[in-house]
Amino acid sequence: MPDSPRSTRPAPPPEPVAVTLTVNGAERTLKIAPWTSLLDALRLHLDLTGTKKGCDHGQCGACTVLVDGRRINACLTLAVMQEGRSVTTVEGLARGDALHPLQEAFIACDALQCGYCTPGQLCSAAGLLAEGKARSDDDIRELMSGNICRCGAYPGIVAAIRSVMNRRATDGDAP
Amino acid sequence: MRPFRYARAAHLDDAIAAGSESGTAFVAGGTNLFDLMKADVLRPDTLVDVSRLPLDTIDDTPDGGLRLGALARNADTAYDPRVQSRYPMLARAILAGASPQLRNMATNGGNLMQRTRCYYFYDTATPCNKRAPGSGCGAIGGVNRIHAILGASPSCIAVHPSDLCVALAALAATVRVTGPDGERTVPFAAFHRLPGDTPERDTTLEPGELITAIDLPPQGFAAHSTYLKVRDRASYAFALVSVAAALDIDGGTIREARLALGGVAHKPWRDSGAEAALAGKPATPATFAEAAGIVLRDARAHDHNAFKIGLARRAIVRALTEAAGGKHP
Amino acid sequence: MIAKPRIPDLLPEPGGPVGRPVPRVDGRLKVTGAARYAAEHPVPGLLHGYVVSAAIARGRITGIDTAAALAVPGVIEVFTHRNRPDLARFDRTWQDGDAPRGSPFRPLCDDEVQFSLQPVALVVADSPETARYAARLVEVTYEAREHRTDLHAHRHDSFTPGKAKGGFEPPPPPRGDPDRALALADVRIDARYTQATEHHNPMEMHATTAVYHDDGTLTVYDKTQGAQNTRSYICKVFGLPASAVRVLNPFVGGAFGSGLRPQHQLFLAVMAATQLRRPVRVELSRPQMFSFGHRPETIQRVALGARRDGRLTALIHEAVQESSRHETYVEIVVNWSGQQYRCDNVRLDYRLVRLDRATPLDQRAPGAATGVPAIEMAMDELAFALDVDPVDLRLRNYTDTDPNTGKPFSSKELRACFAQGAERFGWARRRPRPRSMRDGRELIGWGVAAGVWDAMQGRATARAVLGLDGRLTVSSATADIGTGTYTVMSQIAAEVLGLPVEAVTFRLGDSDLPTAPIEGGSWTVSTVGSAVKAVCDRVRARLFDLASAMDGAPLGGAGARDVTFAGGHIVVTADPVRRVSLTDVMRSGGLPAIEEEAMSLPYMVARSRHTLGTHSAVFAEVRVDEDLGTVRVTRVVSAIAAGRIINPRTAASQISGAVVWGIGMALEEETIFDHTLGRCMNHDLAEYHVPVNADVPEIDVIFVDERDTVVNPLGAKGVGEIGIVGVPAAIANAIFHATGVRVRDLPITLDKILMRQEE
Repeated sequence: MPDSPRSTRPAPPPEPVAVTLTVNGAERTLKIAPWTSLLDALRLHLDLTGTKKGCDHGQCGACTVLVDGRRINACLTLAVMQEGRSVTTVEGLARGDALHPLQEAFIACDALQCGYCTPGQLCSAAGLLAEGKARSDDDIRELMSGNICRCGAYPGIVAAIRSVMNRRATDGDAP
Repeated sequence: MRPFRYARAAHLDDAIAAGSESGTAFVAGGTNLFDLMKADVLRPDTLVDVSRLPLDTIDDTPDGGLRLGALARNADTAYDPRVQSRYPMLARAILAGASPQLRNMATNGGNLMQRTRCYYFYDTATPCNKRAPGSGCGAIGGVNRIHAILGASPSCIAVHPSDLCVALAALAATVRVTGPDGERTVPFAAFHRLPGDTPERDTTLEPGELITAIDLPPQGFAAHSTYLKVRDRASYAFALVSVAAALDIDGGTIREARLALGGVAHKPWRDSGAEAALAGKPATPATFAEAAGIVLRDARAHDHNAFKIGLARRAIVRALTEAAGGKHP
Repeated sequence: MIAKPRIPDLLPEPGGPVGRPVPRVDGRLKVTGAARYAAEHPVPGLLHGYVVSAAIARGRITGIDTAAALAVPGVIEVFTHRNRPDLARFDRTWQDGDAPRGSPFRPLCDDEVQFSLQPVALVVADSPETARYAARLVEVTYEAREHRTDLHAHRHDSFTPGKAKGGFEPPPPPRGDPDRALALADVRIDARYTQATEHHNPMEMHATTAVYHDDGTLTVYDKTQGAQNTRSYICKVFGLPASAVRVLNPFVGGAFGSGLRPQHQLFLAVMAATQLRRPVRVELSRPQMFSFGHRPETIQRVALGARRDGRLTALIHEAVQESSRHETYVEIVVNWSGQQYRCDNVRLDYRLVRLDRATPLDQRAPGAATGVPAIEMAMDELAFALDVDPVDLRLRNYTDTDPNTGKPFSSKELRACFAQGAERFGWARRRPRPRSMRDGRELIGWGVAAGVWDAMQGRATARAVLGLDGRLTVSSATADIGTGTYTVMSQIAAEVLGLPVEAVTFRLGDSDLPTAPIEGGSWTVSTVGSAVKAVCDRVRARLFDLASAMDGAPLGGAGARDVTFAGGHIVVTADPVRRVSLTDVMRSGGLPAIEEEAMSLPYMVARSRHTLGTHSAVFAEVRVDEDLGTVRVTRVVSAIAAGRIINPRTAASQISGAVVWGIGMALEEETIFDHTLGRCMNHDLAEYHVPVNADVPEIDVIFVDERDTVVNPLGAKGVGEIGIVGVPAAIANAIFHATGVRVRDLPITLDKILMRQEE
């Protein structure tokens, strides 16, 4: 029961617009309000809840996805701004039943506990491999510092990424 | 977020025309804007998405400098081979900021437009002259460990959060701006402003103006420069104090010096007096300490940030020492 | 139905998966994004709630204008204290299983504001963005009252709490004459130690999805460490029978104690769902994650007196801690000091100050992670004053009986922790003098500290179903908050019945499953693991009886003690060709499945004659920048004595994760209050610093061999808490060793080091 009626009516939420994205290889067209973050578009409109909301402000990295192959925070961009681009989420890392080498390595190195930051860690690690800037464990630590793991699985995360980097260096195949 | 109209600008002219309307904000990387919109600190009516304008290249300039497109991503700028070899201090500064994901999103122009991380600016339940002019400054007499020691005013003691801008200040970059009245250039030192009694204004940008590029002069101090950032954890944190230090040294004597600080003032704090005092002197710890003394001569602490004065002094000496040694740890 | 607590049911030396580093069984679901958390269960027609938080710390709401919010298209309702339903009135009704004594906070109960960021309204809309927007339009006016949030300013206005919470033991009475002994001691240490408020901040923000069904029943996905605790709370508060509410929490994105009690979002989501008769999700924002329980701010005094030979002659440990005005939160802070060290003159004192903050809440090793750092820093100060090696000082005051009670420890391999940890760390090479090790501008320091935690056990029930396909499903309503519960329970079941781990499915996170207590306090392996063992023992006995009655006597008349369960068979141990598969046994008995349920109880008598605990010795190396005061932790060795380790891989992750928590507590974590506003100001993850990857070195975890036949049939004590306890002091002591500067206020941020250096 309001104390006093307000004179002006509030602005209504923005009208939905069509947004087309390629998500994990499939083209998807959504009708969403422009204020919808890429994160909410994935989680609520495409039911791709693997991408996590840990802070919604770019301060934790749980929402990390790859857009055109580069890692970004999905919470700090609008889905409409990514129109036409290709988004890869954790659900798109594996090839069918065959896990991505990073996913295998995360299990092998116990690089996760509660698992909530894990999808973001994995997408971030995939981005890190593609960037090719990490040479040492300290580089990995620095370049994975945009992904907070409150369980403190960092040593396992570093070991997992290092193992995949080493294998790629040995096998000589590109990421 | 408050409701807004969204429009993607196809051409610079469209962007400028749209941006002149009041209540309009440009968005490129969005990393700071959406953060603040979700916190209800910023409430634009219209967002003009400029992220697809062709302003994302990094180009050599005829004078031997480098033009950084306003929409070039921070990461692409830091890893650009020309930036790495000719302006290593800038590359270091960029890579000291934020996280790889954010650096992949954030643009150079957007970095200049970053707002402060002051707690009170972010929390709409508290007073803040920058967010709500006239409401008071919560940080003065409040929690102010991360606040300014230089150039503050009774209205505002917030600090500018950027790393990149500190290096740009030291490099004496030029900001290229296009607005309803055409194009103009702004010396970096004149781009950001001190709070005075209008802390709601961070920059000298006029309504409707859009940053199109940042020009780096030819002198990059590649041989003797560094960026030192001191923070509360090893990565992914804002600077308590940072120092961009650049020297041109000839046989042990400083020919020219550049010195700018982050985390200490409402704007990237370049001190030309200290730079002048360094010129012509031997590159020794005593010289560096003297310069630090000049920078911090008028420093003023609040309840919780007195440590910043001593820290800044030591950080200046350390950065200048590292720059002189040509060391890039 | 109750499995009798008898010593003979001890798990024999394992030959199966127990003790092996089995990979996390839920790993695949987590790395593929298939694991769904509380806010991720899709529901048609879902509504979204956004909380409006109080702007003041104490006072009264004089007006709430919701008209603008209600006028936003898509907004369904705005709940405030004025239109929320009339619900239970008695405090007891609102008390959950982890509630301390007092009057629990009731969201939207009345116009009173009890702490800043308290929820004062809930906006429900058809999208989360619309709800958040409309929440900004709710205008709340307040009449503020004088508040107090500053523990230091009010530390003298304290009181001694009684046994205000389950599991709490007030300090034991003083022994000897500690003040006189202190005055007469050869060497004295007397110092004040403080610790900041810390918020749990699990990565998953607290969320509840409440699904209202047409028949009035509810399915609730909640972020909780106890599905049955949540169910019980809902049933009591909303007056519903247990049969009408099902709570699910199959995956929990971290909690560390934050999910021990139902949080605001649960009440608000269920209230909105029942009122609107529609599914409602309420997800707190990250700033709102600072609106409820937290590790309480604490001020401590530790005074130690010792003889020249290092023997303690006086030990005084006093703590003053915050609680809220409405509840009396207590934790065991000072008792540890009297338990860890032999000393004839001891006084332990624990007091509370009521502040206008939310009630504190157990956070990883509650109490121990507060009190032990203080005594362990003081012991380091004493070692320095005596010029005795800090490990040696601890060994000189070592005790095999608990001085607080006079009872022996059921097991205590702390000496082995010191020995093995020191060996791995290279402690013998330490130069005792501070500032004696450096590398350029970096001062290097080595520190050590001991840790201690309880080995508690509760009562739990488990169900087991063995099918003809050879698959075993075991279930209990416990939780896996990242601790590895799914995995270790599968291992225990597989061990008892001789099955591969892959043949076992463990189900948890569902209030309809057999009763289990809240997951926390490192007691889940002990409590639920014992129930899993008990129920599998029953299945095993059934199978053996059936096999013994089989035609052809495949076991040749062997007794129950003469057989082994292995590889899906019952095998005569002395004559392994005599064997029969479990599924053949079931077929021969005409059983499509064997189903059993069992409850386990602690060994009450044996436990009552002992003190039970886990122990640790933690060694840390730091590098401190001499000019800038920045600290890097570069090495940690943590040696743990925690009985039998069911899974060394997941257990090591628990320990190293807790070391990361210790790094945070030592160096970074602090909820900063503006006491004028009565409000915490750094309420986000940019300014509330938790360790990032670059803060964390390689961490070396050692599990020392420790046999314990008292703790439970598994001999396992649990490892969730012990990993953090010794870490903050080890780091603080290393900083002293590096710099010669003693900072006694956690977190040790660089400003404190610089200011002390200048003194």
